[in-house]
Amino acid sequence: MNQRPALDLSALPTFGHGPRSPTWWGTLGFMALEGTGFALAAGAYLYLATLWPNWRLSAPQPNHWPGTIVTLLLIVSLVPNHILNGYAKQCAMRPVRIGMVVMSLLGLAPLIVRWFEFPALNIYWDTNAYGSMLWVLLGLHTTHLITDVGDTIVLMVLMFTHHGYSGRRFGDVGDNVFYWDFVVLTWIPIYLLIYWLPRLG
Amino acid sequence: MSSADLTSERDLPPEREASAKGDVAPERDGPRDTGMDDASLHRWLTRTWRTPPGIIGALSSVDHKVIARRYLITAFLFLCLGGLNAVVMRIQLSGPRRGLIGPDLYNQLFTMHGVTMMFLFAVPIVQATGIYLVPLMVGTRNIAFPRLNAFSYWVYVSGGLFAWVSFALSMAPDVGWFAYVPLSGPEYGPGKRADVWAQMITYTEVSSLAVAVATIVTIFKQRAPGMSLDKIPLYVWSLLVTSFVVVFAMPAVMITSTFLILDRLVGTHIFNPAEGGDALLFQHLFWFFGHPEVYIIFLPATGMVSAIIPAFARRPVFGHLGLVLSLIAVGFLSFGLWVHHMFATGLPKLGASFFTASSMMIAIPNGVQIFCWLATLWDGRPVIRTPLLFVFGFFFIFVIGGLTGVMLASVPLDLQVHDTYFVVAHFHYVLIGGAVFPLLGAAYFWFPKITGRMMSERLGRWHFWLALIGFNAAFFPMHIVGLWGMPRRVYTYPAELGWGNINLFITAGAVLFFLSFVLFAFNLIHGALKGAPAGDNPWDAGTLEWATSSPPPSYNFARIPVVTNVEPLWAEPQALPVATGLRADVRELLISTVAEAHPDIREKSATPSIWPLLAAIAVGGTFLYSIFTPWAIVWGAAPIAVTLIGWFWPKGDPEDEE
Repeated sequence: MNQRPALDLSALPTFGHGPRSPTWWGTLGFMALEGTGFALAAGAYLYLATLWPNWRLSAPQPNHWPGTIVTLLLIVSLVPNHILNGYAKQCAMRPVRIGMVVMSLLGLAPLIVRWFEFPALNIYWDTNAYGSMLWVLLGLHTTHLITDVGDTIVLMVLMFTHHGYSGRRFGDVGDNVFYWDFVVLTWIPIYLLIYWLPRLG
Repeated sequence: MSSADLTSERDLPPEREASAKGDVAPERDGPRDTGMDDASLHRWLTRTWRTPPGIIGALSSVDHKVIARRYLITAFLFLCLGGLNAVVMRIQLSGPRRGLIGPDLYNQLFTMHGVTMMFLFAVPIVQATGIYLVPLMVGTRNIAFPRLNAFSYWVYVSGGLFAWVSFALSMAPDVGWFAYVPLSGPEYGPGKRADVWAQMITYTEVSSLAVAVATIVTIFKQRAPGMSLDKIPLYVWSLLVTSFVVVFAMPAVMITSTFLILDRLVGTHIFNPAEGGDALLFQHLFWFFGHPEVYIIFLPATGMVSAIIPAFARRPVFGHLGLVLSLIAVGFLSFGLWVHHMFATGLPKLGASFFTASSMMIAIPNGVQIFCWLATLWDGRPVIRTPLLFVFGFFFIFVIGGLTGVMLASVPLDLQVHDTYFVVAHFHYVLIGGAVFPLLGAAYFWFPKITGRMMSERLGRWHFWLALIGFNAAFFPMHIVGLWGMPRRVYTYPAELGWGNINLFITAGAVLFFLSFVLFAFNLIHGALKGAPAGDNPWDAGTLEWATSSPPPSYNFARIPVVTNVEPLWAEPQALPVATGLRADVRELLISTVAEAHPDIREKSATPSIWPLLAAIAVGGTFLYSIFTPWAIVWGAAPIAVTLIGWFWPKGDPEDEE
């Protein structure tokens, strides 16, 4: 059909940070669905815990120390994570590169400690349903931890190449910061469920 | 509509200055569409947006229309397969003690019928329709995250192939489409059949979730300038609400199937009551997904009805706001109904009452929708064409299904007819009436846009009456035989029960219904090859997909439309206002703000890539291998990581760099 020009878009920018960018919304969408997965897994655990009067089913208490160290590391990592976000918004290459190296290391550190969390549960997944749910919750979060650390490392390498000098890549750094917040935030309730709920019973 | 409703273009904000601070390479500018004549613009955009030639090119396509066409055809093929399942079952049941098939094959048949219709036909086809139409209706050039969209198709196809190859190997799931434990658990479900169910679910849900996120972001961020929330077409609203329901419901079934496969494969005890687990937990998790699933299928169908009715009633829909609010209300309420599938499990009475109340409550917003449509037709000057006939069929069948739904919401009645053919009749009335009839109407309505040709109106009417009569002949008597006590999922019955004649009648109806689809398939093929040319807007409808040619060019719109009304083409019949200033040499599209759709960013859309296919093969292979050993997840991680890095790593296209 016939057209008449009514609006000029030529002066618009070619990228935007945060909620201005579709990628940010996509990340939020994936957080929503993964968060639902976490909530349902936690709900299943609580459902079973309320069903059986002697929850923990006579298993020994988990050793919370590796989990507590992971929690502390994750919380501490939020500080550089948000400093990095500020530099990504300014598209400042040098501090962003440093920030990405720091965040890669701060991603690997809890992952290493996480290795020691599984034996510290003091029960196997096939011993009883309590053990199964502990492994499921920890496994679910570990999957997220691994994928986000992998993503962070790839993006870090990318930022050291010439491809990094692009508004989009700085936007990707911002979204990576956003997703790391999600990985840290989802850990807190799972940490409490795994290590502290069994101590109530 | 009055002129006071129209937003003037002057209300749109002035453009912002491009920000070029920081360590960002300056934009390498190219030719813009401003002032370019139509022929050169077409040449530029065609070169920029085309799908590359050759087999690799076709496999690399990220055009939402190409992906959607593949989705639609694949889903239609699965409909045919699921329909053939049903015909075989009906022939077996057409008389007492028929020996056509035995109980083992029958179990696989009804499971494959349910799984195919729900996961491989219904959800994919409503999402595929959205993949095709949503970008056109919101006035953009491609779906958000086009490579993710391509990936979702390949994962869906591999899930479907996986299920049907298993069926060919007599390895298909035989535990019903909802695969309750303990029947599907390690103790009673030997072999790989239940594992096939579990992993096939995972494939298709990954695919649906990816499409849902892409759809939400397209609707939030890629609407044409001026298309504020109140000017979004109802069909697009329905897809938005549906996608949100997908995002919050589908993870539940992925959790369910993952827990099941863990119990079966590595010996967890999540559903094992002997070791502190619980079998009912499976039902809770499954139906937390399963009930919203019905609305995932039904809501887009209501969106189709809301698109078809104004086009043929020749007036904007009555109660636009009421319809939007109803869609949202149904979306929320759909999460509060799941326990009504579990009334026969001995849950506490108080809990059951709550779910009875909410099951009845959802009839309210659905009723509001029906009355708004009736008011639109009442006040309009309806032109009766095939799409509208199917809408009438939808009213008739869906209202009956809704009424038996209200009956089933009361616990005493539900307990009596639980797992009988009464329930089978109810949900086929709801699903076929509520979703398949609108879908068939939508097929006739949008076929001209997709192919550029019309389907035959004469054959369409034959199709409609054959489908309506065949459907009711097949499913209405099921209410009666259900009340007589015939249970579902039995492969035969003795002659003494006296169910023979009515079952023969049902089978005849089912064959008639099946033949209506044969006629439909013929009409589709005939229309695509020999139909009359359709032109841009054969129905003189008002939404943006009709503003472009039929079929639309790869770039959808030569210039992005500027929206001033909920029916933009009716508001601006002389000349459509458009925006200029986008680049023609790279895949540029407009990102706008969420609520007001103010123009915000000129963003580059992703170029074709083979990596989504490779990533889907890696993911699919991992899922397949994982029914045999949990180590598949470890070994599969490497190829998945490699393909994902290949997917995201910039290849030097301008689209990647800016």
